[in-house]
Amino acid sequence: MLSEKYEQEIDAILAKYPPDQKRSAVMPLLYLAQRADGFITKQAMNEIAAILGVEPTEVGSIVGFYTLYSDKPVGTYRLQVCTDLPCALRGADEFLEKLCENLGIKVGQTTSDGLMTVEAVMCLAACDKAPLFQVQSGEGLAYHENQTMESALGLIDQLRSPDAKGR
Amino acid sequence: MSQYILLRHREIPDLNQLEVYRKHGGFEAFQKVVTAMQPEEVTEVVKASGLRGRGGAGFPTGMKWAFTDKKSWPHYVVANADESEPGTFKDREIMEGNPFQFLEGVAIAAYAVQAHAAYIYLRGEFWKIAASLDQEISDLEAAGLLGDKLFGSDYSLRIYTHLGAGAYICGEETAMLESLEGKLGQPRLRPPFPPSFGLYGKPTVVNNVETLSNVPLIIARGADWYRSIGTDKSPGTKIFSLSGRVNRPGNYELPLGTPFRELIYVHGDGIPDGRKVKAIMAAGASSALIVATEEALDTPMDYESVPRLGAQLGSASVIVVDDSVSIDWVLHKTLHFFSHESCGKCTPCREGTYWMRHIIDRIYAGEAAWQDVELLNEVAQQIKGKCLCALGEFSIEAVVSGIERFEADFRTRVSDGKAAEIRAAMEMEIRNT
Repeated sequence: MLSEKYEQEIDAILAKYPPDQKRSAVMPLLYLAQRADGFITKQAMNEIAAILGVEPTEVGSIVGFYTLYSDKPVGTYRLQVCTDLPCALRGADEFLEKLCENLGIKVGQTTSDGLMTVEAVMCLAACDKAPLFQVQSGEGLAYHENQTMESALGLIDQLRSPDAKGR
Repeated sequence: MSQYILLRHREIPDLNQLEVYRKHGGFEAFQKVVTAMQPEEVTEVVKASGLRGRGGAGFPTGMKWAFTDKKSWPHYVVANADESEPGTFKDREIMEGNPFQFLEGVAIAAYAVQAHAAYIYLRGEFWKIAASLDQEISDLEAAGLLGDKLFGSDYSLRIYTHLGAGAYICGEETAMLESLEGKLGQPRLRPPFPPSFGLYGKPTVVNNVETLSNVPLIIARGADWYRSIGTDKSPGTKIFSLSGRVNRPGNYELPLGTPFRELIYVHGDGIPDGRKVKAIMAAGASSALIVATEEALDTPMDYESVPRLGAQLGSASVIVVDDSVSIDWVLHKTLHFFSHESCGKCTPCREGTYWMRHIIDRIYAGEAAWQDVELLNEVAQQIKGKCLCALGEFSIEAVVSGIERFEADFRTRVSDGKAAEIRAAMEMEIRNT
């Protein structure tokens, strides 16, 4: 149960919004649930709905609308390469293709050890530092900018080592 | 005097530390407004400065504040830190490098409209920035610069961060308010506008991070000082996010009215491999494509001059496209973005961006005929003026201008592609039967 394990955090989140507007807390509570379980479980959605006094389907629709929430288990690390126009003008498409080639997967797939999922994403607001990607993990989100294939593969090796953070 | 109003952290080390920011006059403007100015006076100064919204629309900031409905309470301020337009990366630098100036701007805006709570809506990817801002807000509270009964007055203010979760549409102010209310981030029908019906149905001022970050120095140095920079109708500096095919991409804070040529060739150090600029997108992916003629390169980048080129300055996210790029590829990129980001509320945008993406994919793959280019243009025209917010309009800017101004690129793709071969083979077959 989230409410037992994270009581203080939940109270701090609810305190940000007017007492009669609890529903505003749905997004931060979903982040909390995602951090706790790696993805958002049905049980967590039900619990958040109960905390906020809304229907579980309403919470579910929020999960579905926003791309940073996942209701399915994903690789421990999600490497998300921005391939929008400004990044693509600086070689982001070729970078993504080569990265996948090196990992032996296609865009959107997870490596066989279940650790790395590589995805193409929309603008990350760092267009001057392309190619770049963000890594989503239990540790949150981290940007890795001005990447070369060498630096990216080096980082992936680091993340694969058993004592890496976020695993 | 220093060239920086916003990116002052480039000259002042550790400006993201509260003591350093205060050593450079930080929070004196906020103290001054709370202790010595009426809220309306603050709004008047901002009005007189001519500051215009830096998020894209260029609406006069002071006027927006003055529109706040005084008959309905409480009031809110929401800072738009959702920065998601492809080509835009300026708010991020402000919040990382000069966060206290931004927070002071939020505080002054809140005092001007007598809001006691302000929210900063950040895109979900700015998770670390939000964590830093939370720390900075608690530093301010500890220093007595935010909280209850400030500076011995009756005025109290709390600032809170709120993280989005990956939706471009939430940069649109009414979608942002819906999202902040815990609903799907979809735009509202306007009017009523947020200054009368905003967050929780209450009067709300929504301003961009860059806009708000201008405010402390306007109060400290005066409206006349601000007006001495930039142009008559577009005063002040602007952060130009320069990206694409340039040697030195990055943020450049320059007076409004600086010509494209100076940004691209002096600050951006020109185009790699000595190539030529072919097209400029001045407002990120939402831009009409400007043909990079000598005249266009000499055009001042301000809210009045760029429209003369059949485009908008918007958020001043200047994407440079060189002459090695075919414009149908540019559209292929922007349409993938917009069809992904359409929130799905209005049918013309939801269906239109979907079909435009499919048509441009066919064109780009060389599998289309000229009729498909015409069809693309036709679908674009059907989105125009039919949606609640500007996303649909933005999605067609590059399409309509691209086909009109770079027709040759589409002609080449159509005649070079497989479509011509397929058509020839079909005609042959017909003749043979």
